[in-house]
Amino acid sequence: MDSTPERIADPWGARTPYAPGAPWPARTDMHLADGVGEEDVERWVRSASILHSNGDALDIAVRDGRIVGVRGRAVDRVNRGRLGPKDLYGWQANHSPDRLTRPLVRENGHLVESDWDTAMDRVTSRTRSLLDERGPGAVGFYTSGQLFLEEYYTLAVLAHAGIRTNHLDGNTRLCTATAAEALKETFGSDGQPGSYEDVDHADTIALFGHNVAETQTVLWMRILDRLEGSDPPRLLCVDPRYTPVAQRAEVHLAPRPGTNVALLNALLHEIIRTGRTDRAYIDAHTVGFDELASRVEPCTPRWAAAICDVPAAQIERAAELLGGARRLLSTVLQGVYQSHQASSAAVQVNNLHLIRGMLGRPGCGLLQMNGQPTAENTRECGADGDLPGFRNWQNDQHVAELAALWNVEPDAIPHYGPPTHAMQIFRYAEQGSLGMLWITGTNPAVSLPELARIRSILAQERLFVVVQDLFLTETAQLADVVLPAATWGEKTGTFTNTDRTVHLSEKAVEPPGEARPDLDILLDFAARMDFRDKDGGPLIGWRDAEGAFAAWQRCSAGRPCDYTGLSYDKLRHGSGIQWPCTEDAPDGTARLYTDGFTHAHPDRCESYGKDMVTGATVTPVEYRSLNPDGKAVIKAAEYLPPHEDSSPEYPLQLITGRTVYHFHTRTKTGRVPELDAAAPDVWAEISPAEAAAQGLADGDLVQVTTPRGAMRARLRTTAIRDGVVFVPFHYGYWDTPEGHRPPGDRPGRAVNETTVTDWDPLSKQPLFKTSAARMTLVSRRGTGTDGTDRTGSTA
Amino acid sequence: MNGVDLTLRTLHDDERDLEQDLLAAAERHRVEHEFHHVATDVARWSREHTTRLAALGRDRGLDLSGPREHPSPGALAALREKASQALGRRPQAGLLLLHDLRDLHLAAVRSSLHWEMLAQAAQATRDRDLLELVTSCHPQTLRQMRWTNTMIKVLSPQLLVNA
Repeated sequence: MDSTPERIADPWGARTPYAPGAPWPARTDMHLADGVGEEDVERWVRSASILHSNGDALDIAVRDGRIVGVRGRAVDRVNRGRLGPKDLYGWQANHSPDRLTRPLVRENGHLVESDWDTAMDRVTSRTRSLLDERGPGAVGFYTSGQLFLEEYYTLAVLAHAGIRTNHLDGNTRLCTATAAEALKETFGSDGQPGSYEDVDHADTIALFGHNVAETQTVLWMRILDRLEGSDPPRLLCVDPRYTPVAQRAEVHLAPRPGTNVALLNALLHEIIRTGRTDRAYIDAHTVGFDELASRVEPCTPRWAAAICDVPAAQIERAAELLGGARRLLSTVLQGVYQSHQASSAAVQVNNLHLIRGMLGRPGCGLLQMNGQPTAENTRECGADGDLPGFRNWQNDQHVAELAALWNVEPDAIPHYGPPTHAMQIFRYAEQGSLGMLWITGTNPAVSLPELARIRSILAQERLFVVVQDLFLTETAQLADVVLPAATWGEKTGTFTNTDRTVHLSEKAVEPPGEARPDLDILLDFAARMDFRDKDGGPLIGWRDAEGAFAAWQRCSAGRPCDYTGLSYDKLRHGSGIQWPCTEDAPDGTARLYTDGFTHAHPDRCESYGKDMVTGATVTPVEYRSLNPDGKAVIKAAEYLPPHEDSSPEYPLQLITGRTVYHFHTRTKTGRVPELDAAAPDVWAEISPAEAAAQGLADGDLVQVTTPRGAMRARLRTTAIRDGVVFVPFHYGYWDTPEGHRPPGDRPGRAVNETTVTDWDPLSKQPLFKTSAARMTLVSRRGTGTDGTDRTGSTA
Repeated sequence: MNGVDLTLRTLHDDERDLEQDLLAAAERHRVEHEFHHVATDVARWSREHTTRLAALGRDRGLDLSGPREHPSPGALAALREKASQALGRRPQAGLLLLHDLRDLHLAAVRSSLHWEMLAQAAQATRDRDLLELVTSCHPQTLRQMRWTNTMIKVLSPQLLVNA
């Protein structure tokens, strides 16, 4: 008898087909602990999913002061009651016996249990001495895509105006920085143009490097329900892997990794050549079309075919699909964002919608996706290398607004350059000019590229590392102070998904031991540091989540991400609401850019843009002359060869990615029995032909080697482009004997041991899909642990 | 040799040197990953400029060499990489990077001014070939300038104050 839990075996559940323009039918998904029935639940507490970016609304079931399950909320616009496998089972991680329950401090080289006063004293005294001796540039913060809005905003104020450092970024740098950058380049400001309802109306859906079936299962359910209904949409899938999306696509293009710009330029070439442009829209709403037309003029399908290694006829078919669409929805994710020329490629998808005039109407949508549940809040609150409220660091008026909000002098807020991005923060730590790094809710010792380098940076004696987390992660093991944090279900706050839907997540149970909400820890730090405004009042006047939310609302007023029409009460009595939500739009806003691009105006825009090759900033004067009236900016990009390409020594291209059963570095999902059993260990995928050519077979233990290092995994042959290796990035060492690093005598299992340190010059997003690699046999299948199972793969 | 030819020769030699300087600096600062990769990318522009200037020079009877051969990687490159990594842990590496960026910026400015002179001369003499060359190459030199300027702007506060 198959004992696999139902939604592990079928992550997407039963179909509820619907027709174009019809509302998506509800389907309520629920999972309760063994032996608990719906009638046994004492309270249902309002929340949303925290293990991906889809923002699925759910209620947490509580009994005897413990979480005993979850149920999707049928009234919510995002999921209509559905939940994915990570949400259904993932809540169990809250109760893991190895949760951190007390602060830890390093004594004689070892982390030992301590108390909050001792731990916070160490943090504040080191902060003070660094500020006195070296100044604010010696202190940096690296946060997450999993805290709540209130925490990010507090952190942003604390860092920008309390410490006055420019070094604050989130791990959203790894997942969503390119989405934000592409939106800034084209529309002048961050802000997701489209809405999930566009799935209900689209006749064509194009997914660029977006394996939605595994990254946002509920959004894929919505697409599947359209595919099963009448008049289904046609899909275009661009992905080197034959994903569940590719299996349902009318056209699947599997280009060589690193060639997205060449492919997109050829698609744009065909759209323009066949006259499928909307001239009236282009004239009314955009600048820069002529440059695009001349840039892509030589980019024929044949030209791109030679670069991308995709048949020219396939490119023509794809262009035909895009050109023939009447209601086109495009989505973009890591296959673009973490690949060579990330921003340039993502911007070309924006251009596709602009030249076809397909924005701001039902079904005509653009979703530059996020990878994490609260990444949108990291972005809007300015905890991600931007200023809060999508304000422009080059615009003195914007900085003056922040200074007025916080009652500080404008020059107290560093804005002499862009806030420092994560990879540069780590470089400053490596080079010695950063003396303290405070890491909240993320695990760079597994998730950043070139792990030996990252471990050696974090382990430096001269760098004081503070880690705030739920568990003793690989990163926490390298820290000087570890602060135990409460998580989802144990604290109250709001967060916002990819399509701008804001949900309230309320406290359901007490955190374990002495663990505290991240907000409380940050407020405690601010109080101990005694940060003051210019009149001597406290810089941070709020004491709880609702107070932080109110402060954020004032900061968001008049900006694209306007929250002034929202309140905890409103979110508590309704369900998810899309920003901007104001007095004039009390029910929120489904689509941006229904009527022009006001946020692109030189006085309002978040960014004046960057050079598409070098990342050099455009000056205010240049932007003003290019785009005086605030239209959408069509930016052309030239294709450049990848920085690291395959060679005789490293004949393969390595790409990394996710499985549907895990999130990030498995900090939570690896502690959930159903999810852990579904994908217990790392694997490496190549095509059967590639395996045969190298004399390898399914289940063999193989070594993947790049110029940085090596990792080992069981081999799986799958339908993937020849010449490409795929390895999931989730696996680190916390559940191995070594704890935070590979064993001393052989390569480990984290794929980031091997990935290249390179990032997009515009978005600064690291490139996890462009490493050259080779694969060699370590031992045959059946020797050592058996690796023949298919777990973790949905294909 | 007239002034235009002299300027063409100077610009050709400068662009040839700029490519080499960009590649050498990219190698020297391997641990400054963004600088390393972008310097390598924009060196390609100077190489293309050198090739096109040499071709135009040939049409005008000038003997211009075109770009230099790329140095072979091998043992020396491995050594440079090791040296770069060892130095990369020291604060002085930051100052060295700023100085290299300054020199690259000044070299790009020098090229830009020569492009400007050639553009003016080409318009005065209605020299279409020369004008087309300048029109297509000069913007890339300006982008090299903006890039080095941006890098200096972003890095200086940290590297000068905290070094």
